[in-house]
Amino acid sequence: MNSSLALSSTTFIYALASVFYIGSFAFKKQSIAKLGFVVLVLGFLDNTLGIILRWIESYQLGYGHAPFSNMYESLVFFSWTVAVLYIFVELKYKESIIGVFVTPLVFLAIAYASIDPNASSKISPLIPVLKSNWLIAHVITCFLGYAGFTVAFGFSIIYFVKPKDPEATSIFAKLPSWEIMDELTYQMIVFGFLFLTIGIITGAVWANSAWGKYWTWDPKETWSLITWIIYAVFLHLRMMRGWHGKNLALVSIIGFLAVLFTFFGVNYLLSGLHSYA
Amino acid sequence: MKKNQTIPELIWQFFCSVKLAVYTLVFLAITSIIGTIVLQNGTQQQYIGLYGEAVYNVFKVFNIDDMYHAWWFLAAIVILCINIVVCSIEKLSITWKIIFPKKIRFNPGRFRKLKNLETFSVTKDAQTLYDDYEGLLSKNIGNVIKEKTESGIVMYAEKGRWTRIGVYIVHLSILLLLIGALIGALFGFKANLQLDEGETSDRVFLSKNRVPIKLDFAVRCNEFEVKFYETGAPELFRSNLTILEDGKESFTKDIIMNHPIRYKGINIFQSSYGSGKPSGAVLDIIRRSDKSVTKQRIKIGEEIQLPEGQGTFKLEGFLPNFDFRGNFLGQAFAGTVTLKDKKSVQIALPLKFPTFDKMRKGAFAFVVTESEQKYYTGLQVTKDPGVWYVYSGFILMIIGCWITFFMSHQSVFIEIEKTDASRSEISISGTSNRNNQGMKLKINKIVKKLKDI
Repeated sequence: MNSSLALSSTTFIYALASVFYIGSFAFKKQSIAKLGFVVLVLGFLDNTLGIILRWIESYQLGYGHAPFSNMYESLVFFSWTVAVLYIFVELKYKESIIGVFVTPLVFLAIAYASIDPNASSKISPLIPVLKSNWLIAHVITCFLGYAGFTVAFGFSIIYFVKPKDPEATSIFAKLPSWEIMDELTYQMIVFGFLFLTIGIITGAVWANSAWGKYWTWDPKETWSLITWIIYAVFLHLRMMRGWHGKNLALVSIIGFLAVLFTFFGVNYLLSGLHSYA
Repeated sequence: MKKNQTIPELIWQFFCSVKLAVYTLVFLAITSIIGTIVLQNGTQQQYIGLYGEAVYNVFKVFNIDDMYHAWWFLAAIVILCINIVVCSIEKLSITWKIIFPKKIRFNPGRFRKLKNLETFSVTKDAQTLYDDYEGLLSKNIGNVIKEKTESGIVMYAEKGRWTRIGVYIVHLSILLLLIGALIGALFGFKANLQLDEGETSDRVFLSKNRVPIKLDFAVRCNEFEVKFYETGAPELFRSNLTILEDGKESFTKDIIMNHPIRYKGINIFQSSYGSGKPSGAVLDIIRRSDKSVTKQRIKIGEEIQLPEGQGTFKLEGFLPNFDFRGNFLGQAFAGTVTLKDKKSVQIALPLKFPTFDKMRKGAFAFVVTESEQKYYTGLQVTKDPGVWYVYSGFILMIIGCWITFFMSHQSVFIEIEKTDASRSEISISGTSNRNNQGMKLKINKIVKKLKDI
């Protein structure tokens, strides 16, 4: 057993989980989603195993660093955080079909990791600037933030497919009520916002110890701030101006686009200090 | 809007709207994108080359070339600050009385009408129930206040009243961050210092305009080391630095990436490196006739005798990028060969192509086997007295977000009504300033516990 075998099998298990979730939505059978959940948990365990093995392998190669140092490892970890957060939500709120738009994202992230030519799956040594204790704190908090926003995005999409008064026989009746959807989206964004905040802060403190400036308007920094602002606006609209439903879900979707750009766009399209991942 | 408002009142109202905050934030978010796409702090030639003269003139007017410090961007931040202060004062003046009341009161009528009200009846008398419930409430929520009613008792307990302050902590933290940034911009600097191995300096040069600044102490670079992985990626940059005060050595420390020197408010970071001009080289002098090799160490400016008195060789200097018929061959030594017949030839010895001089087919070929090259270290020197304000802002922001998002002011209300001699009717409901869904679950939990008693 090695990490690359574990992680490629994870990709297929996540694919299967997505198929079950989408199937349960399409064929109006909640039981398929229940099966999907079991598969998702299996995929998550495999994903965890893959990350741990990769960590061990990095030590065996003599590099010895946490597996958060390049695009490939980030994407694998991204899938992991979204999966763990979604599993937690499903267990806590006992709603299963809401995973219909979240599980495909879990699958897509890890699948993209293996097909993207720029994301090498080779374990490589750390360049000097990444040799810091802040690496783990910064990466974990940022990705927990991204995970919160991703799950929120998966929920927000439902606003645009679910009619307001679903007929009792339709699959939409199996989806949670608007009230619960609203609450869940909000909870995920609050979670994401807190961790993005901590992620930006740990990044700033790290930058100050690596380059002597906590903020340099580097594209990655700027885009993470843009993302932060969008979700700050979301929170103010909901709490202070009483926004709900589709309008607010739209803000959450815009926020997620900013997350995507912060993660992919900045790395591929813009240059800056963050060019390694 | 009311009529007859004075101008200060109108201004106050303008700044106290959440709408303004949302618009300002959206404006900042959208305009921030520009600086991530358009090159920042470039030279005039770079801009004209990339975008043309006309666009460059527009950029100049709006400071797009340094947009995060442009007047309109800073103005938006100032508006946001005033907005935060005014909004917070306005709201806090109302919530202050709620957060710090003289006496905690509650309105039974309000709780009886709540959506999450649950009722059930038990066969116990009111006083026993009260004693049991008081214990449970004070354990789970907080101090219990009770009031007698016509038909029984109402009880009230609450916790987390202070958590209403959370959002103001977040707002305060943003102000602290910006104050810290302002202090840094006014009283701090970011500069560069380039030191050859062995060199000492107390003057650094500002990154933005190369203006020199004198430090209170001098820095000497004793040694620089760079290590690479087998893959070719850099593994380590290390500078061994000594700090000197009034000519006396104060201390010596290695700096590597992420481990700077912080001394007297000045921070010294490893940021780049390079190789300086070599001072000399070791040459293999190969005689063409019999391929005999003589090893010779030579300094720049030095003249040596060629084997068997055949002439002389002088190492004239060092070329950073040798131009060989239009091809740039990189770093090279320059020298002059003078043979017995007094004929002189200028030659170049590129470091990357050691056997280059053999192609000349002269009587002697010169091959550089070693160059006595020194490294220089590129240091970033910064001073930022505002950083502690920023860090306090960071800590407050995390604490404030935590309080705002995950804690709430919760009140629980229980009413015990005597229906007949042995039966009592229990009503229970609760409020929370956030997360009503969670409150509903909490009420259900308490109901379960009450029934179990």
